[in-house]
Amino acid sequence: MTSAIQVVDLRKTFGRTKALDGLDLEVDTGEIHGFLGPNGAGKSTTIRILLGLMRADSGAVSLLGGDPRRDVETLHRRLSYVPGDVALWPNLSGGEVIDLLGNLRGGLDERRRAELLERFALDPTKKSRTYSKGNRQKVALVAALSSDVELLILDEPTSGLDPLMEAVFREAVRDFRDGGGTVLLSSHILGEVESLCDRVSIIREGRNVESGTLSQLRHLARTTVGAGLERPVAETDLADLSGVVDLVITDHELHCTVETAHLGALLERLGRHGIRTLTSAPPTLEELFMEQYRTPEVAGPR
Amino acid sequence: MTGLSGTASLLRLAARRDRVLIPTSALALVVVVAGSAQATVALYPDESAALAPLRAVLANPALTALYGPITSESLDSFATFKTILTGAVFLCLLAYVVVRRHTRTEEEEGRLELLGAGAIGRRAPLAAAVLLGTAAVLGTALLTMVGAIAAGLDRTGSVALGVSWIVMGLTWVGVTAVAAQLTETARGTAGFALGALALAYLLRALGDVAADDSPLHLLTWLSPLGWGEKVAPYGANRFWLLAVGLVAYAALLVGAFVLQSRRDLGAGILPSRVGPARGRLHSSLALTLRLARGTLAGWFVAFVVLGAVVGSLAGNVQSFLDSPETADLLRKMGGSDGSIVDTFFATEIHVAAVAAAALGISLVTRLRTEETAGRAEAVLATAVPRRRWALEHLVVAMAGTAVLMACLGVVAGALDSGRTGDVAGSIGRLSGAALSTLPAVWVCIAVAAVLIGVAPRFTGVSWAVLIAFFTLGEFGDLLGLPSVVSGLSPFAHLPSLPGGETAVGASLVLLGVAALCAAVGLEGLRRRDLPFG
Repeated sequence: MTSAIQVVDLRKTFGRTKALDGLDLEVDTGEIHGFLGPNGAGKSTTIRILLGLMRADSGAVSLLGGDPRRDVETLHRRLSYVPGDVALWPNLSGGEVIDLLGNLRGGLDERRRAELLERFALDPTKKSRTYSKGNRQKVALVAALSSDVELLILDEPTSGLDPLMEAVFREAVRDFRDGGGTVLLSSHILGEVESLCDRVSIIREGRNVESGTLSQLRHLARTTVGAGLERPVAETDLADLSGVVDLVITDHELHCTVETAHLGALLERLGRHGIRTLTSAPPTLEELFMEQYRTPEVAGPR
Repeated sequence: MTGLSGTASLLRLAARRDRVLIPTSALALVVVVAGSAQATVALYPDESAALAPLRAVLANPALTALYGPITSESLDSFATFKTILTGAVFLCLLAYVVVRRHTRTEEEEGRLELLGAGAIGRRAPLAAAVLLGTAAVLGTALLTMVGAIAAGLDRTGSVALGVSWIVMGLTWVGVTAVAAQLTETARGTAGFALGALALAYLLRALGDVAADDSPLHLLTWLSPLGWGEKVAPYGANRFWLLAVGLVAYAALLVGAFVLQSRRDLGAGILPSRVGPARGRLHSSLALTLRLARGTLAGWFVAFVVLGAVVGSLAGNVQSFLDSPETADLLRKMGGSDGSIVDTFFATEIHVAAVAAAALGISLVTRLRTEETAGRAEAVLATAVPRRRWALEHLVVAMAGTAVLMACLGVVAGALDSGRTGDVAGSIGRLSGAALSTLPAVWVCIAVAAVLIGVAPRFTGVSWAVLIAFFTLGEFGDLLGLPSVVSGLSPFAHLPSLPGGETAVGASLVLLGVAALCAAVGLEGLRRRDLPFG
């Protein structure tokens, strides 16, 4: 497996703010890679460095095997970029902008352009100033997806799209991946990440806190457990178990959350007290992200 | 149900938002009219002696087209000749800005929707905007009237001046109210209201310069600006024209409210304009030119007009400026040592060069505008190298100013050939003189490029630099500043052409400075982060 994007120990400071503080990121060729993190975590800065728009203070960046600052012209012919806040030239029509951006990248696939316009239900004759946010994003998406490129870099590209268009977007991105393309998708929309991404990287305060497939990440997160027991259990009985938190015991009832990796050990211990009823809920995606966004460092085995 | 409920509170809101715009504009107009009138009166203590030589100048069709005919041969009339019509145009612009701002702009940006959901009548926003626009026009006209009287001008004439402005200003309140109903966008409103203003100005210009016995003469009466002009303050003082203005105002307002009742919120009476579905822009240079197109076209027209005025005035200048003091003044303001006419040309060309530099700065600073708007990112994420993108903007700015100066020179030369009788010679002399200013113009553009590349946050300082260069270059000698100080301005090193010595060495140095600054700016831009800050 080759890497489309490889970032090692990337650092970038704006004045006193550390935007990136030793970020690592690896995107394999042919995958859709989710790039997640709270606002201000450094996602857009990373993307701008990948695009050669900004210069990193230190660290190594390889994009499609090249150097993003040196090989601008050749690399940018092989990738498309959609920013989160799409700004267009107000007096150009949507069609003109799509063709302009396509031409600047070295040409468009006419058939795909027509097909995408239809699927996104976008009127290309309207002037850009009259487009809503969602329609501006559609213009940028059509331009990006109908270019003949190997890599898509998408920075929160769907925040203005309605659910129907979101579905069109997902389908188009999957088609692109199935055609051998690689996608780096920065997103806050968990449903989008869950349905699209092969792997995700979560960053926080300019550092990578977790990378892997969603099921790998789930394994690191906590499961909620509720049990009714035959014999009462005391907190001290469970004190030596690692990964158990939020413990609430009332008589024969127990509620807690446990790191999924330690679930087995907990159940084994509870078994000694006679389990009468048991509920266990795996972490929702939302809980997973909330936890990763909040905790500074994730403990536990990788 | 009148649909007017809430008008008062909307009016208060609108007045609050415009509490700086309206008073400062009104005050500026008053100061310009009263101030320049007073200065003129002070200049000519002896009325009859002064006016005789001026008559020939004032009869010049170029001046009549610009300012309207002089209303009488009194000093008061002469003192307000240049400010009545131009001031009225600015008053119309104020009326247009106020009305558009509180109608279509609000609607387009969705704020009216927010208000409309409250207890606000359907007609209230338009009514509030019209009331505020009307108040702005009446207030400005009355203040100017008082100002003119205070400056010592004839009372009846000053009242007529106020009436003339009310006729024109109120008509534009009405025109803009109608225009705001026509299209979906504030830009469309601007197109209609300003287009109508330009048309009205043109119609009266054609009518004014037509011979008295020609039917074209009646064109002035087709233009609302013509009605205001025909009030003829300090001349015929035709107060009855106020009725014409009020009828037009009322008719336009009725029209606006009827149109408004026939359309939905956010919609326009006319279908919105669409663009092409396919684009023909194939390169970043094509995009840069496309973005500059509108600005360049506007400036091109302005420079052709300027060239025509300068060229056609030259004949009159001879008689007008036959006093040694005025000639000396012109010479100090960067004129040449040649004949008085050459001095006049050199002065005008140098002032035009400063204007061209302003255009150049506005074109090159688009680099920064595109960056902060986020559009540069979209272009630079494609296969366009940053240095090429920046260089293209720089070249378009420099070439654009060159084209403007050349066209100024050619038009002025062509018209001046009526005086000299040598077409090729006149055009060659004046276009050469116009082009000789380019090194200084390009230095200004290159300085802006340095700021964009090295200190992007301070891009706006390029305008301050231009003003400083202008002041030092044009008035440095006049103010008695040492040449080291005034020499900081590139305009101070320009040759005094036509008529003076060419300054090849100084021009080459200026070109070198421009090239160096451009290189520094481009390299700075290439190295820095984008977007910056």
